[in-house]
Amino acid sequence: MGEAFREIIRQARQQVSEWSPAQVNQALVHRQHIDGDFVLVDVREKVEWNEGYIPSAVHVPRGYLETRIEEVIPDKSKKVVLYCAGGIRSLMAGTTLQQMGYGNVISMTGGFGQWKGAGYKFVSPRTLTEAQVKRYSRHVLIPEVGEEGQWKLLDSRVLFIGAGGLGSPAALYLAAAGIGTIGIIDADIVDDSNLQRQILHNTDRIGKYKAESARETIKALNPDVNVITYIERLDETNVRQLVAEYDVIIDGTDNFPTRYLLNDAAVLANKPVVHGSVFRFEGQVTIFKPHDGPCYRCLYPEPPPPALAPSCAEAGVLGVLPGIIGVLQATEALKLLLGIGDPLVSRLLTYDALAGEFNELRLFRDPKCLACGENAHPTDLPTYKEVCAVPRGRD
Amino acid sequence: MATVRLAPVLRSTAGGSKLVTAEGNTLGEILSDLYQRYPTLKEQIQPEQELSRFVNVYVNDQDVRYLQGLDTAVGPNDTITLLPAMAGGR
Repeated sequence: MGEAFREIIRQARQQVSEWSPAQVNQALVHRQHIDGDFVLVDVREKVEWNEGYIPSAVHVPRGYLETRIEEVIPDKSKKVVLYCAGGIRSLMAGTTLQQMGYGNVISMTGGFGQWKGAGYKFVSPRTLTEAQVKRYSRHVLIPEVGEEGQWKLLDSRVLFIGAGGLGSPAALYLAAAGIGTIGIIDADIVDDSNLQRQILHNTDRIGKYKAESARETIKALNPDVNVITYIERLDETNVRQLVAEYDVIIDGTDNFPTRYLLNDAAVLANKPVVHGSVFRFEGQVTIFKPHDGPCYRCLYPEPPPPALAPSCAEAGVLGVLPGIIGVLQATEALKLLLGIGDPLVSRLLTYDALAGEFNELRLFRDPKCLACGENAHPTDLPTYKEVCAVPRGRD
Repeated sequence: MATVRLAPVLRSTAGGSKLVTAEGNTLGEILSDLYQRYPTLKEQIQPEQELSRFVNVYVNDQDVRYLQGLDTAVGPNDTITLLPAMAGGR
């Protein structure tokens, strides 16, 4: 150790208070809240952090300290406890924070080495592979997502009811985002008339099952994703089992019976359904989150009579429209899974492509709702036959 | 004159318009005024006496089922939205 170095350390010790690992441990034990009286900051390098860190610590490598710390700890009067591997880098980091205006900075003596040696608790983080670090880097850079959020996505399971107009863009973006398991239930076959909007499929796949075609496209985009296909229709025999196995359901169906069937099962299993629907130039999105907001039956207690079923009687949709609505559904699903932002619960967002306009309507829970109200009996609700008045071609 | 915003599936019953205006001080009066001019609209959204359960009616952004239903007061600057259930997804 050089003379100048020893001098810097001596000066730093005069400015920055120090706690022993025992004192830090004591403070952690007595801390009520995770962002309570102080914030614990690990200033080591990424590779060191990956070997293990003190529970509840936030990671801000010393090299990025000046650029990142104000985002992590905006309140400069907050007590900050720093640690590194041996107690020197954290001391230096302490003087930097003082220069930046932080008034109450403490460095832990002996660092993580002594902490671990003393037998105090530490956790080993799960680490993304090198390929994952690259693939998800733009997520990890966002503080609201970060590596922790990316793990939430990698651990989550999303079920798509239908791999059609809405399911296509939603599944592509959620696959790209790294959703760990994507389930797709669709019994249909890819048809020429689908390709104007159902971008999961392509010309070579005409005649193949949509669910299989979707799997191929998703696997090519992101091999991390585990794709489970169900080449069947959603009905009373499979709906409860399927819904129970997933965290979030993306409803991209084209008919009322399936929407009611799904709703009742989702209410029973307490699973959120991200609902989307499209017609010509307009679309709607909302989340039916059981007991936090209304369900589909609160909104529409009954389906329309066959003669008035609008979606079938007058068909047609601008190809890009389900793209927009499906991507909004994907966005809402990500917010639910990450636990960030204000999800579209109790709000119906409508989009009018011709006007270039979004509007929002407030939705309410119906206390008398048969599926989620006070005297509900979701296990025993009517199911419906296809109400389409006009014979429906293969869509 | 209140403004009535028609969901896409209802527009053909009103000559293709997205927005129409109607006279009346309550939702019931406004709808009656509309039905006189567009009789098929009544069949689509209110074939019975009461409002249909498969159509949602909003005054501004509030669902009238949680206001006073057909008796909900409507001012000249209010917007009514008629929104039947929509199922298309493919």
